Amino acid sequence: MPEPILQMRSITKRFPGVLALSDVDLVVARGAIHAICGENGAGKSTLMKVLSGVYPHGSYEGEIVFDGRTVEFSNIRHSEAAGIVIIHQELALIPELSIAENIFLGNENTRRGVIDWDATNHRAIELMARVGLSENPLTPVKHLGIGKQQLVEIAKALSKDVKLLILDEPTAALNDDDSAHLLDLLKGLQGKGITSIMISHKLNEIERVSDAITIIRDGRTIETLDVRAGDVDEDRIIRGMVGRDLDHRFPDHEPEIGDVLFELEDWRVSHPDDHSRVVIKDANLTVRSGEIVGIAGLMGAGRTELARSVFGRSYGSRHAGRLRLEGRELVLRSVHDAIRAGIAYVSEDRKGLGLNLLDDIKTSVTAAGLDRLRRGVAVDEREEVVVAESYRRSFNIKAPSVTVGVGKLSGGNQQKVVLSKWLYTEPRLLILDEPTRGIDVGAKFEIYGIIQALAKQGKGVLVISSELPELLGLCDRIYTLAEGVITHEFTREDASQEGLMRHMTADAR
Amino acid sequence: MNTLTKTLRGNIRQYGMIIALAAIVILFQITTDGILLKPLNVSNLVVQNAQILILAIGMVLVIVARHIDLSVGSVAAFVGAVGAILMTKHDVPWMLAVILCLALGALIGAWHGFWVAYVGIPAFIVTLASMLLFRGLTLVVLEGATVGGLPEGFKDIGNGFLPEVGPDTGLHNLTLALGVILVAVLVVLDYRKRLASRRYNFDVLPLPLFLIKQGVIGAVIIEFAYLLADARGLPIVGLILFVLIGVYTFIMKRTIFGRHVYAIGGNVEAATMSGVNTKRVDFLVMMNMGMLAGLAGLVTTARLTAANPKAGVNFELDAIAAAFIGGAAVTGGVGTVIGAIIGGLVMGVLNNGMSLQGVSIDWQQAIKGLVLLAAVAFDVWNKKRTAGGGGAGAEAPQTTAPPPDELVDKLDDVDIPEPAVPRP
Repeated sequence: MPEPILQMRSITKRFPGVLALSDVDLVVARGAIHAICGENGAGKSTLMKVLSGVYPHGSYEGEIVFDGRTVEFSNIRHSEAAGIVIIHQELALIPELSIAENIFLGNENTRRGVIDWDATNHRAIELMARVGLSENPLTPVKHLGIGKQQLVEIAKALSKDVKLLILDEPTAALNDDDSAHLLDLLKGLQGKGITSIMISHKLNEIERVSDAITIIRDGRTIETLDVRAGDVDEDRIIRGMVGRDLDHRFPDHEPEIGDVLFELEDWRVSHPDDHSRVVIKDANLTVRSGEIVGIAGLMGAGRTELARSVFGRSYGSRHAGRLRLEGRELVLRSVHDAIRAGIAYVSEDRKGLGLNLLDDIKTSVTAAGLDRLRRGVAVDEREEVVVAESYRRSFNIKAPSVTVGVGKLSGGNQQKVVLSKWLYTEPRLLILDEPTRGIDVGAKFEIYGIIQALAKQGKGVLVISSELPELLGLCDRIYTLAEGVITHEFTREDASQEGLMRHMTADAR
Repeated sequence: MNTLTKTLRGNIRQYGMIIALAAIVILFQITTDGILLKPLNVSNLVVQNAQILILAIGMVLVIVARHIDLSVGSVAAFVGAVGAILMTKHDVPWMLAVILCLALGALIGAWHGFWVAYVGIPAFIVTLASMLLFRGLTLVVLEGATVGGLPEGFKDIGNGFLPEVGPDTGLHNLTLALGVILVAVLVVLDYRKRLASRRYNFDVLPLPLFLIKQGVIGAVIIEFAYLLADARGLPIVGLILFVLIGVYTFIMKRTIFGRHVYAIGGNVEAATMSGVNTKRVDFLVMMNMGMLAGLAGLVTTARLTAANPKAGVNFELDAIAAAFIGGAAVTGGVGTVIGAIIGGLVMGVLNNGMSLQGVSIDWQQAIKGLVLLAAVAFDVWNKKRTAGGGGAGAEAPQTTAPPPDELVDKLDDVDIPEPAVPRP
């Protein structure tokens, strides 16, 4: 066997509060297309950031050997000089600049310090030919579709004499034709001796083009499968990615379901800027007290939009339909109205919408329920401490005291602070949008326990999640949402990943 | 000794500017052969800087709410001019004129608030426009001339002192008494806070350090009161200032409105999603600034005993500099009233000290610019340093293995706090 082009040995990377990578090994053969698979948050992107110098040498433990030499990159320029180029999911192109300018950005063709436009455009055409892009090199990148922009990124990588090309979810935003073209291109580059690492969730594509697959789960290498030796199919990959069986991931729970608490009838919402675009189409759903109800849907199906439109119309325009809480019809015009009516919404974007990272735990916990602390004109700061302290203890928020800044907490503990904040508003209906995103397994388990305990107190809980096993393990009932339409309602008994997926991808029009 | 260095290091941001202020005071006390802290000069320091300190209080609210107000100098001049015209040309009683002028300031602030909060134009632009607008209107109102001949009662706002009471002791009795009362109130408040903090296991200063802190603060205030009492007593504008500091510190630290100002400055999206009426808070913060600018205009007019078309020039820059020197963050969400006051005092003492030494106005400007840059650079450096040192709390026992059994058991008796939380 020839010497591998890349060996990453015992890579360990810690963030404050989180062990992101633990003893990860990765060996990539020269000239291979190597796929990396794993669930969201497994550590794939972190590993690639270590490799490309985004996390500089010294911020991680372990050793990287590239092209026969031990390397210690301190930034991206450093790793690019060695021949490693990473193409991120969010493309790093400047929309207003031309294709040629983008290809040579930071690497301009100059003669005596002045840009040589003839050479720039000439070389750009050569590189574009190599990636199969026939456009005028002077075209601004903003006029290209996402698939062609991806090709510009690869041309840019080729201009840097790339030896190892890293692609993070390259086909996630592409249609089938563009995806096929891109994968063929990778195969073609392989023929010219360029090694690729591809992070992808699309298992059929991985199976088609890759030579080897490394599976990462919870920050550890699980196994590396040799595709060329055969015996690798999607089920085999999924088993490696998921690993643990469902029983262990959720605390035991005996639901105590009561009367209908929350009803949405013919709920219709338009896009906030484009009023003619209906985002939620005549949705009907109910949540009973003590019930945990799930909403399953793909990205862009309108899950968050649905939740936020209910939460005091914080999303959308032209709201229509009826919203009833405990049988009473309500019109909620602002977030404040929604909170007062007893609705809480825990956002999927914890740092953007959930917390003020400058705050400490106690001010975060009371941020949405300050009215309850009002004594005359002042905030009762002692009561505030008592309240925050009681949540810190009962939710096991890992911080020595409630004066610790929330910016210093791990994702799981931040999420417990956000949950505390909403529970302090005494909600009857809790809407949880991706409640365990970016949270490690131990804390996830605790959050599931909290959700179940809340249901047991008679609150209604609506859970939005991209992780189907999470919905299946947690929910008493699940609605599927596709293109703004509720396509099906599953009871706990007849829900399965396959069934959910079928209705999530249903053609709703 | 270890605890001392640790405490100092942990609070370097909090104490840094106080130490800087003390250093500047000591420096000028030496280089001016003790003139800086002569009673009369201390009295002048208060009177000369009052308008900037009043503006700095409003400005720190504006900056915490992630805005800026460039118009305060022009608004101060305009309101002062209108006040002078009302009192001299229209014979409005001075107390009524003061009330009308404060209302006028609030109205101008509301005008800014309307454009900033409800139309969504950046405060920088709105107040830049007002800076030009009200400077122009000041000239129009005053017809380019200085308007004097103001009532005595009004002039006392800028130049008067508290009345003397009690026996003739050679010192100003009321001023001394107020100083003692202030120290007593501060000590009691801090002690109560300390007791409460200990009950909840928060970090508190070790007792000896706590006592030293109280002693130093007490000594500084008593010395300050003594110096003023040795001159002409507490200036009326000084009393106004102390009341404003107290009221606005309370508003920012203890009221829901204050919490909301910090919330929108820290993360406006998160504040919106927590039910904060962010537009209303933005509006009120800008309106409040307008009112304080009006007050600063009145104080300036009273002190100069006339309304002058050139009054208030560069006030906005001094007020903004005071807020930033005092630790406010350009990005919003961070800053305190007392910090802005200390920042304003740093600028004021620099001005005064350099003037006493005969440094020209040109050089004073240049040096103040460098001080502003140095103060903010220190803050940025300090922030980077503490951020690199890892989290202060929150140790991270993370598991990547399946949840342990004891956790499973524990979760069964997770006790979600019921709505009514028991008092201690």
